[in-house]
Amino acid sequence: MKKAVSKIYMGIIFLFLYAPILIMIFFSFNSSKSKTSFDGFSLRWYEALFQDELLMEALFNTLLVAVCSSIIATLLGTVAALGIFNMKKRAKAIALNISNMPIINPEIVTGISLMILFVGVLNITGGELGFFSVLIAHVVFNTPYIILNVMPRLRRMNPNLYEAAQDLGCSPVSAFTKVVIPEIMPGILAGFLMAFTFSLDDFIISYFTSGNFQTLPIYIYGLLKKPIPLSINALSTLLFLIVLTVLIITNVRSARLEKREAEQKNH
Amino acid sequence: MKSKRGFYPYAVWMAIFVIVPLGMILYYSFTNAGGSFTFDNFIRIFTSKKPDYMGILLTSLRIALISTLICLVLAYPFAYIMSRMTEKRQRTMNLLIMLPMWMNFLLRIYAWMMLLEENGLINRLFGLIGFGPIQMINTEGAVIIGMVYNFLPFMVLPIYSVMAKIEQNLIEASQDLGGNMLQTFRRVILPLSLPGVITGITMVFVPAASTFVISQSLGNMMMIGDTIEMFFVGTSQNFNIGSALSLILMVIILISMAIMNHFDKDEDGGNLI
Repeated sequence: MKKAVSKIYMGIIFLFLYAPILIMIFFSFNSSKSKTSFDGFSLRWYEALFQDELLMEALFNTLLVAVCSSIIATLLGTVAALGIFNMKKRAKAIALNISNMPIINPEIVTGISLMILFVGVLNITGGELGFFSVLIAHVVFNTPYIILNVMPRLRRMNPNLYEAAQDLGCSPVSAFTKVVIPEIMPGILAGFLMAFTFSLDDFIISYFTSGNFQTLPIYIYGLLKKPIPLSINALSTLLFLIVLTVLIITNVRSARLEKREAEQKNH
Repeated sequence: MKSKRGFYPYAVWMAIFVIVPLGMILYYSFTNAGGSFTFDNFIRIFTSKKPDYMGILLTSLRIALISTLICLVLAYPFAYIMSRMTEKRQRTMNLLIMLPMWMNFLLRIYAWMMLLEENGLINRLFGLIGFGPIQMINTEGAVIIGMVYNFLPFMVLPIYSVMAKIEQNLIEASQDLGGNMLQTFRRVILPLSLPGVITGITMVFVPAASTFVISQSLGNMMMIGDTIEMFFVGTSQNFNIGSALSLILMVIILISMAIMNHFDKDEDGGNLI
C-alpha cells in the first residue's frame, strides 16, 4: 500500500516535469502551425531551424564563450584555490566569501553590476559591449565553481605526499605537477564541466553584458517576444536529445568507474 | 605549495570584477544623474505610487515565497522516497530529475506558455470535458506554476543528497525504540534533513524573487526583476534608480539568507556568508 502510494506520487511528479517537454517534442514534428492538433508528420520545423543563420551564429557564439570562459576560469580558479588553501583560517573565510559573491547574489545583480562597470569603462575607451564583456562576465561567475570543486580535493589530500616526493628527489615544481596536480585533477575536471555547462546555459548575466552579441539563450529570449516561430519546438527537441545523450554517457561512465573502484577495494 | 601567492591574480580579478561593480551599484544608488550625492532614488522607491515599487517588491517576495513553499512540499516526500531506493534506482532518479534542469529555462517557460494559452492544449482538454476556457496565461498562478516547474529540481537535489546519507538503521532504531511514524520523522528524519532543506529554500527563493522572464512571459506582469531590467535595458534607462532597486533586493536576499544559514551551522568557514 505504502509502496503503491510512493510510486503514484513519483509518477505524478515526473509527469509534471516531463509532460511539457514531451508535448514540445511531439509538436515539433507537426506539419501544420497548430499547437493543439497534430496534422501529420513533417520535418519542416527542423529544416527551418537549420536555415536560420542567426541561430547558427548564436550557437557558435555560445560554444566559443563556454570553451574560452571555462578554460580561463579553470586556470584562474585552480591557482587561486591552491593559494586560498594555504591561507590562515580567517583570511580563507573572507577570500571564499568574496569569491562566492557572484553566485550568492541574485544573477540579475551580478549582471547589472558588471554591465555598469563595462559601460563605464567603454564610455572612456570607446567600443561596445560584446564578446569580451560576455567572456569576462562568464569567467566571473564560473571561477567560484572551480574553487568550490578543487578545495575539497586539496583538503582531502595527504600533505605529506608533496614533501615525500621532494625527499625522494623531486624538485618542488615536479613534485607539484607529479603529485599535487594528479591528486586534485578530479576536482579540476568536475569544476571545468560545471563551468562549461553553466556558461552554455546562462541567460541573465549574458543578457546584461552582451550588447548586440547573441548567445543561444539570448536568441531564444528574442523568440519569446515575437509571435513565436514553431521551430522553437524543434530546437527544444534537439537540445533535449543532446542533453539526454551527454547525461547518459557520463552516468554510465561514472557508474562503471565506481564499480571498478569498489572491485579494487575488495581485492 | 605552501605559498598563498596563487591567490594574488584572483584577488586582483575579484577586486576589479566583483568588488568594484558592487561598489558602483552603491555609488549609483546614492547619486543622481549629475553624479552628486542624494537619497532621492530611495525616497522615490519608497514613496512612488506610479509605478508602485514597494507593491511590486512585496508581490515579488510573496510569489517567490509561495513558489518556494510549493516546491518544498512537493520535493520533500519525493526526496525521501528517492533516498530509500536501491542505489541503482537512485542513480536513475537523479538523472531524471536533472535532465529537465539542463534544458535552458527559457525553453521550459515556452512549453508552459504554449500549454496555458487561451486556446492552448490544457484549455482544449477542458473543452473536451465540457468546461472552460479558463484564463490561465497572464495570471499570477501561471507565474507560480512556471517557477515551481523551473525550480523544483533545485529543491529536490539538496534535500535528497542529505537524506541519502541518513542510514536506514537509524530510522529502524527509532522505530524499535517505540517511536511511531510521526516521532521518527520529527526526531530523526527532519533534523537530519534540515541542512538540505535550507540549501533548497535558498536555491529556489533567490532566483524566484529576482526573475525577470517568468513573470513577463507567463504572467504579463512586472516583478522586481522586470523593473530592474527596465532601468538597464531599453528606453527608460536609469542606472541610478535601477541600482537603488538592486541594492534593496540584494540586501533583502542577503538578510534572509543570513537568517536561514543561522539554522545550519557549517564547520567550514566561507560557506555562503
